[in-house]
Amino acid sequence: MPPELCVRVDGVEIQVPAECSVAAALRSAGFSSTRHSLDGTPRAACCGMGVCFECRVRIDGVERLGCLVRVREGMEISRDA
Amino acid sequence: MNFDAIVIGGGIVGCAIADRLARERRAVCLLERDVLGGAATAASMGHLVVLDDDPAELALSAYSCARWRELAPQLPAAAEYRATGTLWIARDAAEMAEAAHKQRRLAAAGIASELVDEAQLKLCEPALAPGLAGGLRVPADAVVYPPVAAAFLARRAAAAGADVRAGVNVRTLVDGGVILADGSELRAPRVIVANGCAAPELLCSVPVRKRKGHLLITTRLAPTVNHQLVELGYIQSAHGGDGESVAFNVQPRPSGQLLLGSTRQFDDLSCEVTPRLLARLVERAQAFLPGLGSLTALRAWTGFRPTTPDHRPLIGPWPARPGVWLACGHEGLGVTTALGTADLLAAQLFDQPLPFDAAPYAPARFAAQVSHAA
Ligand SMILES: Cc1cc2nc3c(=O)[nH]c(=O)nc-3n(C[C@H](O)[C@H](O)[C@H](O)COP(=O)(O)OP(=O)(O)OC[C@H]3O[C@@H](n4cnc5c(N)ncnc54)[C@H](O)[C@@H]3O)c2cc1C
Ligand code: FES
Repeated sequence: MPPELCVRVDGVEIQVPAECSVAAALRSAGFSSTRHSLDGTPRAACCGMGVCFECRVRIDGVERLGCLVRVREGMEISRDA
Repeated sequence: MNFDAIVIGGGIVGCAIADRLARERRAVCLLERDVLGGAATAASMGHLVVLDDDPAELALSAYSCARWRELAPQLPAAAEYRATGTLWIARDAAEMAEAAHKQRRLAAAGIASELVDEAQLKLCEPALAPGLAGGLRVPADAVVYPPVAAAFLARRAAAAGADVRAGVNVRTLVDGGVILADGSELRAPRVIVANGCAAPELLCSVPVRKRKGHLLITTRLAPTVNHQLVELGYIQSAHGGDGESVAFNVQPRPSGQLLLGSTRQFDDLSCEVTPRLLARLVERAQAFLPGLGSLTALRAWTGFRPTTPDHRPLIGPWPARPGVWLACGHEGLGVTTALGTADLLAAQLFDQPLPFDAAPYAPARFAAQVSHAA
C-alpha cells in the first residue's frame, strides 16, 4: 500500500494517498465534484494544471486550486468554493 | 433593396440605433463584422452611471440612465439589470467637499443623491476599509450585462423588421451606400458609422483613439458589496492626462463575484493583459476593500474605449461626407449613453424635435481639422 494520510472533506474524515494533489485525492476518495456552479450543477477538475479553475475548493478556509495544492495531514477541504 | 438607413457596427450603440429606427418603422439594416455585442461592449463593466463633470456628458448620461430605467422591465433576466446605485467614495475632507459639489451639480440636473458620512459608509458598505471620510450615494444608477443587452436590442430591432446581419464586414463607404467585403453594395441615403474604435478604418480623419482598459473578476467568495463603488478620484483618472492611470471601481455581480476596474492607457494597442497594471489595479482595490486579500482572481481581460480629443462622443452628420452620420467615440461611458445616442441621432436623421441639445456632440466641432479630408 502506498502511504496515506488523513484529511477532512466537508467535515468528514477520510484517508487519501499521501503523494498527490487535493484534486486527485478527492477523486481517488470517490468525490466526483469539487464545486457547484451557480445553478447547482456539479463541476470537477478538468485540466489538472491551473488553467480551467474548475477544481476550486476551500482549503483551511482559503480558496485554492485543488490541482495545484498537495495534500497535507489534517487539511480541512470544503467543496463550497 | 433600398434602406432608409444602414447602421455599421453591432456594439451597444449600433444595436440601440437599429432598435430605435426599426421601431419607428424605418427600413434599417444593421451590419456587424463579428458578433453582435462583442468588441468594447463585451469587454465593458456595464455601469449605468450619470457623470456630471462636463455639462454635455451630464445631459446625455442623465437622459440615457432614465431611458435604461424605462427599458429595464423589458430586458431579459440574463441582462442582469440591477438598480445597485453608485456610491462615490471620498477618502478625505477635500474629497468630501468634492462630493458636496457633485451633489449640487447632480441636483441641478434633477438627479437625487445623498451625502454619506464615515459612520453611514460603514453601515451601508461594511467591507470598505476603515478611515474613509464618506461619500455620495446616487440611488438611481444601475448596472447591466452589456453583451446581453446589446443582443436583446438587436433581436428587438429584427423583430420590428430590421435586417440584422452579423459576420458582414463593411469594406468602404461610397456615395449613397456601402461596399461589403464580398464586393456587393447596399444602398441607403443615410449611413451611420457606429463601429466604435474602428471608425477611422472607414473615415480616416475621424478623431477616435483607442484607450485600453483592464478588468478583473473574482470568484464567488467575495466580501459583500451592495453598490457599484467608485472612488471620487475616478474622474481625475478618466479625464486626466494621457498617461497611465488606475482608479478604484468595483461592481458586485449577482453571482457573489466582484468585477474590479479599471486602468486607462493610450500607449498600448495590444489586447494582452499587462501584469504590472493588473497588480496596480488589485492594489488599488485592496486599499478600499481589504477583504479582497484572500480572494482568487478568476479572469482578467482588456478592452478599448473609443476616445475623442474632448471626451465627448461624436453624434450627428459628418460634414466631410454628405449622407454619412457618426455615432461613435463613446469612450468609457458608451453602454450608458447608447440609448440617449440612439434617440438623439434618430431625431436628427428624420428632422424630429431633439430630446436635448445636439450641439455639444456635433462631429462638426472637429470639422476645421478635417475640411480637406474625407
Ligand atoms: C474596460 C472597459 C470598461 C468599460 N466600462 C463601462 C461602464 O462601466 N459603463 C459604460 O457605460 N461604458 C463602459 N465602457 C465603455 C463602453 O464599453 C463603450 O463606450 C461602448 O461599448 C462602445 O460601444 P460601440 O457600440 O460604440 O462600440 P463597440 O462595442 O466596440 O462595437 C463596435 C462594433 O463595430 C463592429 N465593426 C467595426 N468595424 C466594422 C465594419 N467595417 N463593418 C462592420 N462592423 C464593424 C465591431 O466588430 C464591433 O462589434 C467600458 C469600456 C472598457 C474598455
Ligand atoms: S483542474 Fe483546471 S485549474 Fe485545476
